Amino acid sequence: MAVLSEEQEMLRNMARDWATKESPVSEFRKVRAAGQPQAYNADAYAAMAEMGWVGIIIPEAHGGSDFGFLSAGLVIEELGKTLTASPLVATIIAASAILLGGSDAQKAKWLPRLASGETVATLAVDEGAHCDPSAIETSVSGGKLTGKKAFVHEAHGASLFVVAAKDGLYLVEKGDGVSLTTRKLTDQRSHADIQFAGAAAEKLEGGGDSLLGDVLDRARVLSVAEMLGMAQAVFDTTLDYLKQRVQFNQVLATFQALQHRMADLFADLTQMRSAVEAGLQAVDSGFGVARAATIAKAEANRVLHAISNQGIQLHGGIGMTDEFNVGFYLKRARVLEASWGSSSYLRDRFARLSGY
Amino acid sequence: MPTQLESDVQTSEDAFRTEVRQFLATNFPDELKGTGNMMAGLDGPTDENPVQKKWREAVGGRGWGTPTWPKEYGGGGLTKGQARIIEHEFAKVGAYNPIGGMGVMMFGPTLLEYGDERQKLEHIPPICRGEIRWCQGYSEPNAGSDLANLQTFAVDKGDHYLINGQKTWTSGGQWADKCFAIVRTDRSDKHKGISFMLIDMDAPGVEVRPITMISGTSPFCETFFTDVKVPKENLVGKEGQGWTIGKRLLQHERTNISGGGRLAGMMGQSLGDIAKKYCETGGDGALVNKVLRDKIADLEIRWNSFLLTARRAVEESKAQGGVSEISSVLKKVGTKLAQDRSELLIEIRGFQGLGWEGDEFGNDELEDVRGWLFGKAATIYGGSTEVQNNIIAKRVLGMLDHQ
Repeated sequence: MAVLSEEQEMLRNMARDWATKESPVSEFRKVRAAGQPQAYNADAYAAMAEMGWVGIIIPEAHGGSDFGFLSAGLVIEELGKTLTASPLVATIIAASAILLGGSDAQKAKWLPRLASGETVATLAVDEGAHCDPSAIETSVSGGKLTGKKAFVHEAHGASLFVVAAKDGLYLVEKGDGVSLTTRKLTDQRSHADIQFAGAAAEKLEGGGDSLLGDVLDRARVLSVAEMLGMAQAVFDTTLDYLKQRVQFNQVLATFQALQHRMADLFADLTQMRSAVEAGLQAVDSGFGVARAATIAKAEANRVLHAISNQGIQLHGGIGMTDEFNVGFYLKRARVLEASWGSSSYLRDRFARLSGY
Repeated sequence: MPTQLESDVQTSEDAFRTEVRQFLATNFPDELKGTGNMMAGLDGPTDENPVQKKWREAVGGRGWGTPTWPKEYGGGGLTKGQARIIEHEFAKVGAYNPIGGMGVMMFGPTLLEYGDERQKLEHIPPICRGEIRWCQGYSEPNAGSDLANLQTFAVDKGDHYLINGQKTWTSGGQWADKCFAIVRTDRSDKHKGISFMLIDMDAPGVEVRPITMISGTSPFCETFFTDVKVPKENLVGKEGQGWTIGKRLLQHERTNISGGGRLAGMMGQSLGDIAKKYCETGGDGALVNKVLRDKIADLEIRWNSFLLTARRAVEESKAQGGVSEISSVLKKVGTKLAQDRSELLIEIRGFQGLGWEGDEFGNDELEDVRGWLFGKAATIYGGSTEVQNNIIAKRVLGMLDHQ
């Protein structure tokens, strides 16, 4: 854990407390059982906004609390531990795009609405099944945006989309010319393909040529905070289980083969935490963001992948059941691994950034 | 707005920075710029020229080589913030810290914690001045990972102990002045029968034989003790406390093996940059062999998160005080990554990366081959990776004893 300020510790403790009491995994089960396409509890999201979490990176002048990315990561990590289903991360990502590229008028119009929870927003970049910001066909002509976006997170709850077109990022409101096709993925959260047919669009003129790349890096460091919480939760649950389960008249935790596997996973988790926190801190400092975000997402992918698999293996048969939570983490893990860059995409990007 | 306290700290730090700069301008000779610290290394004899000696004496005289150690024992008596200023200012002009070695990294911190006043006054100041080289008498032929199985025995002879037995893997034993050793004073209890003692390497009955390693070098020795007299005042702590003290010292060792500048320095140049010299690149400057390129990126990403972890461990231990509990993770991860890097370097260079000797090979190529071989020791010494895993499982994760 990074060395935190007193304020940050309070924030984290508050988030931990809320997630444990108000949003345990049983709440995600309720959301799943309800079967609504937006896949989150609106009251819970309103509570998050009320606590200042949605506006966590938004300046106070625009209704936010302006704590920065590391602080956002602390909250998201705690919510990730209990698989809290909400458009929090999606909206913060969208807010980061408006902060980087929006005009004063756009900021003044949208940021307070995002911070208050009134408007849910999300980023729509990819047009196929993989992260590929170089393959965007969506185009804008005369203020009308046309194209197809695939597997957009939290699309059902969102009323504002930050959409990548060939020549930059645009704000598009849900309405005429915007139609959703639900895509049910393993994590049973909200995902949809979106068809934009001449939808009214307003460009984010600021942020320069690197705007899309910069926003994607912010999406990466925020997503990996959720992944960190998930990895920590699976690790902790698995460790507890090994300390209770008896076979061959012995508690499983006394078997050296399992001890060494847990030691390996603990080392991996330690590496992941370092990379994730450094990614968030890089955005706060504005230094070396692309590289830090790439390392953070690559490490998060590698480690969550391993821990989510071992979580099932070490729980044995019970880990395969729907009654047990560990499987939920596996299913959400793969969705997040594929978001904003798979492991191979990120290694390629790291090599490119390093000049080889 | 900084508070009054913050601005006072700032002012005193600025003043100290100026003092360090003036010291460097006066004392650091240009000809030593960018050179290393032979005295602190494990792999070379003490061979100091007069210029190096003068630089060592200048730094050691102020206690700045061990900046945070107490002033009464020859340390700098400085705050961690001031120590960072020294480190930073030295690095800026390419000056090395001439005070190092096992005395600084392992023995000194341990003695400061467990030694009595007289021992601290006798042994710490020469470490701060870089005058004494210490070696470690821990492992024995039958006490490797099972270190507590050590059999070297110290018999109580009234005013002194009489020591008989054999230590092995004594790093730098052939160049050391003194040895901190764990020896048995009681055969009836495996752990509580161990005591921590300080032995003069030139005492009668001490014999050192260097061991030739697969890398062709001899940084380790066998050390034999035959009726070696050790004065009673060289017992650190109490009789039977040696295992506790010895383990504490290993924590310092692990932190240094993994997190220290030594390993960071070893990693050196980016593998991608090296690969571009040995392997085909396309028009965009990218390596044509995409499989190799992917392997390099994978390793470098993991290496980067290791460096971040090492930095985090330092920050955490500064904030909490004491050695961070992730020091065992650092050792295990850092040594493995360094080995993986050496192996990948060979794949990148092909046969050119396997040279043993000859002018057809560059110095860097030959050094990396020896480093690859010697690096196999890193997951064995200082507590093998398997022992680290036991420690993490039991002490950090609270998993129960497997025996």
